[in-house]
Amino acid sequence: MAKNEKSKQRYIAPRTRAPEQNPEERSKNFQEVSLGYTPAMAQLEASRCVQCKKPKCVIGCPVRVAIPDFLEQVAKGDFLEAARIVKESNALPAVTGRVCPQEDQCEKHCVIGIKGEPLAIGKLERFVADYEHLHQEVNTIETAPPTGKKIAIIGAGPAGLAAASDLAKLGHEVVIFEALHKPGGVLFYGIPEFRLPKEILEAELDYLKRLGIEIKVNYVIGKIKTLDDLMGEDGFNAIFIGTGAGLPYFLDIPGENLNGVYSANEFLTRINLMHAWEFPVFDTPIHHHKIFAVIGGGNTALDAARTALRLPTTEKVMLIYRRSREELPARLEEVEHAEAEGIEFHYLESPTEIKGANGWVSKIVCQKMELGEPDGSGRKHPRPVENSAFSIKTDAVIIALGSGVNPLIAKSASDLQTDSHGHIELADPDINLTSRPGVFAGGDIVTGAATVISAMGAGKKAAQGIHHYVMKVKKTLI
Amino acid sequence: MFKILKKTQLAPQVFYYLLHAPDIAKKALPGQFVIIRLDETGERIPITISDFDPIDGTLTFYVQAVGKTSLEMSLMHAGDFILDVVGPLGNSSQIDLFGTVALVGGGFGIAAIHPIARALTQAGNKTISILGARTEELVILEKEMRTASTDVHVVTDDGSHGAIGLVTDILQILIDKKEPINRVIAIGPLIMMKAVADLTRPHKIPTFLSMNPIMIDGTGMCGACRVTVNGEMKFACVDGPEFDGHAVDFEGLLNRLKTYIPEETEAKEKYLKDTAGKCRIAEVSQIYG
Repeated sequence: MAKNEKSKQRYIAPRTRAPEQNPEERSKNFQEVSLGYTPAMAQLEASRCVQCKKPKCVIGCPVRVAIPDFLEQVAKGDFLEAARIVKESNALPAVTGRVCPQEDQCEKHCVIGIKGEPLAIGKLERFVADYEHLHQEVNTIETAPPTGKKIAIIGAGPAGLAAASDLAKLGHEVVIFEALHKPGGVLFYGIPEFRLPKEILEAELDYLKRLGIEIKVNYVIGKIKTLDDLMGEDGFNAIFIGTGAGLPYFLDIPGENLNGVYSANEFLTRINLMHAWEFPVFDTPIHHHKIFAVIGGGNTALDAARTALRLPTTEKVMLIYRRSREELPARLEEVEHAEAEGIEFHYLESPTEIKGANGWVSKIVCQKMELGEPDGSGRKHPRPVENSAFSIKTDAVIIALGSGVNPLIAKSASDLQTDSHGHIELADPDINLTSRPGVFAGGDIVTGAATVISAMGAGKKAAQGIHHYVMKVKKTLI
Repeated sequence: MFKILKKTQLAPQVFYYLLHAPDIAKKALPGQFVIIRLDETGERIPITISDFDPIDGTLTFYVQAVGKTSLEMSLMHAGDFILDVVGPLGNSSQIDLFGTVALVGGGFGIAAIHPIARALTQAGNKTISILGARTEELVILEKEMRTASTDVHVVTDDGSHGAIGLVTDILQILIDKKEPINRVIAIGPLIMMKAVADLTRPHKIPTFLSMNPIMIDGTGMCGACRVTVNGEMKFACVDGPEFDGHAVDFEGLLNRLKTYIPEETEAKEKYLKDTAGKCRIAEVSQIYG
């Protein structure tokens, strides 16, 4: 049972740990690392919640899940009711429960965390979502009566899926256009199986389809259809653009065109979307390298490193980062997982050249770095140490330095304003409206590369904007 | 799912396909490509669009059966379905009034150059098409190219059809004869395209080549199709596929094209072994099916 917040001096029970596959074993397979809570563990953990009157955890959540309410139901053992509460504001709880940086969001604000360890909100969210999937027939989905309005969503990633879900619940007819052959965006091609099993993602997508959302794959908007086509002959009343940050950055150093150099996007897409690790059963190959050097320190860099480690011929995986462990942008949980699995972390090193032999990568030349004053990102700025060049033997280099904006839509719609980096500019950030009437945008295409949940938050905000926009249009016409 | 409406064999390894893809056909332009995936275990491969009919909703393309996927396609028939077709991708060829344009098609590349030749002729250019192949039966679409161009020259390595020699020999003769060529477009094997660019460079004739590097998504996301042009990294899928032939780093591209040769060979051999019996089954079901 949840307790009242009176007992300030009371004993704070430790956080309930979720079981994990042991590092030795998991570094050789693609199965999920964290095994999740059992019902008893979930109840035990949820009962640590003190049901704050003004819950700060909710403020820390970009999509404002009613956290204390669902935790109360978990503590009681009514897991389906808990799932229903979560899904009121979050369309993909099994996904966010796994990939959200909770330690920087909801859990960071948890008052229990002041004296003890914060509630494991993410693990509990994952538990209720998984529990619901296992008992599928139960929760019926309530949607508003049809409004007769058609909304086009461009991109089936986190932003688009969140927008689509809210709009469908409001009674609108929603069609999602996805460029790849599978929906999910980065959730499919980017995040590996051992962190987000595809089966879990498919189950969440099934839920969206049950809301009546149509997903059209293989549609590259900007090529096969323009925004004019969608608003014109296709009869859509509004459009949401959530195409994400698609173009991978490279280092701009000599040797990047050698064989064995991959963008993290290419490497992860080969594995996650195209199943290259199951070649030749699947047609797409990945070369059998022995040593990998991954450049970068974000979640994508860690995903690439840990994926490389799981390939059958891999002997060693290094992660090269120009700052120190403290500044790693990746989630701490992922860093700890990677360390336990045996990824070799090289801090304060930065590559200056990739050298090759016979057209293939043979080593990477780096220089030592030291940290100076904090820069614009708030992190200490790294600067090279003079005469500190050295080289490391490697067969493959994976570059995970983030992504720029995909230009395809903006190129095909001149009236869509973008900034100098190609990000779509919002004319009204409160409702995520672009410079073009009826066209809304959100997620990485607006902000640059960020998190799954912040993209979902933007999608939800835009959904509200779109709802008001299409319903108001109707009013003025009458 | 995309239905194959027609399929015929043009040359020993070259097949013609007419595909039902109405949304793509409506938007396709000369020089663009699609990416296809045959089935759930298939790879994504880029294929140049050779023709398109927005009214019938069809795309025409040609496939040379050299690897596992293309061999698999060579065994497909009218009525079969391709699981995924995405496009039209890439930028279209620039179609303007240039004056005289030489269009060089090498072997299987003739299929890709055909819609460009036709559009340039329609735009009022004098189009001189040079079709080259190893031997007569590999000179495809000659009739169509004659309709689409002002002039056609055919050249084969063995002299079995047209002149004996290489496409560059014909181009050299045209240049020597002071044919006022304002622009060259060449599509074919990378070695041929490089030879064309090397030939036109001293004459400063703007030369455009269609690059076909390894590609996965075709929308700029994976960065596998990077090509160095003028010392800058470009992605063939969103910045190309046509690039200035005088600025392309051929060495780098040639090397990158070799990345998966061992795996491609492995996949092909496995496929040939696996289908040794299946091919006959396919024929039987054709007869009774």
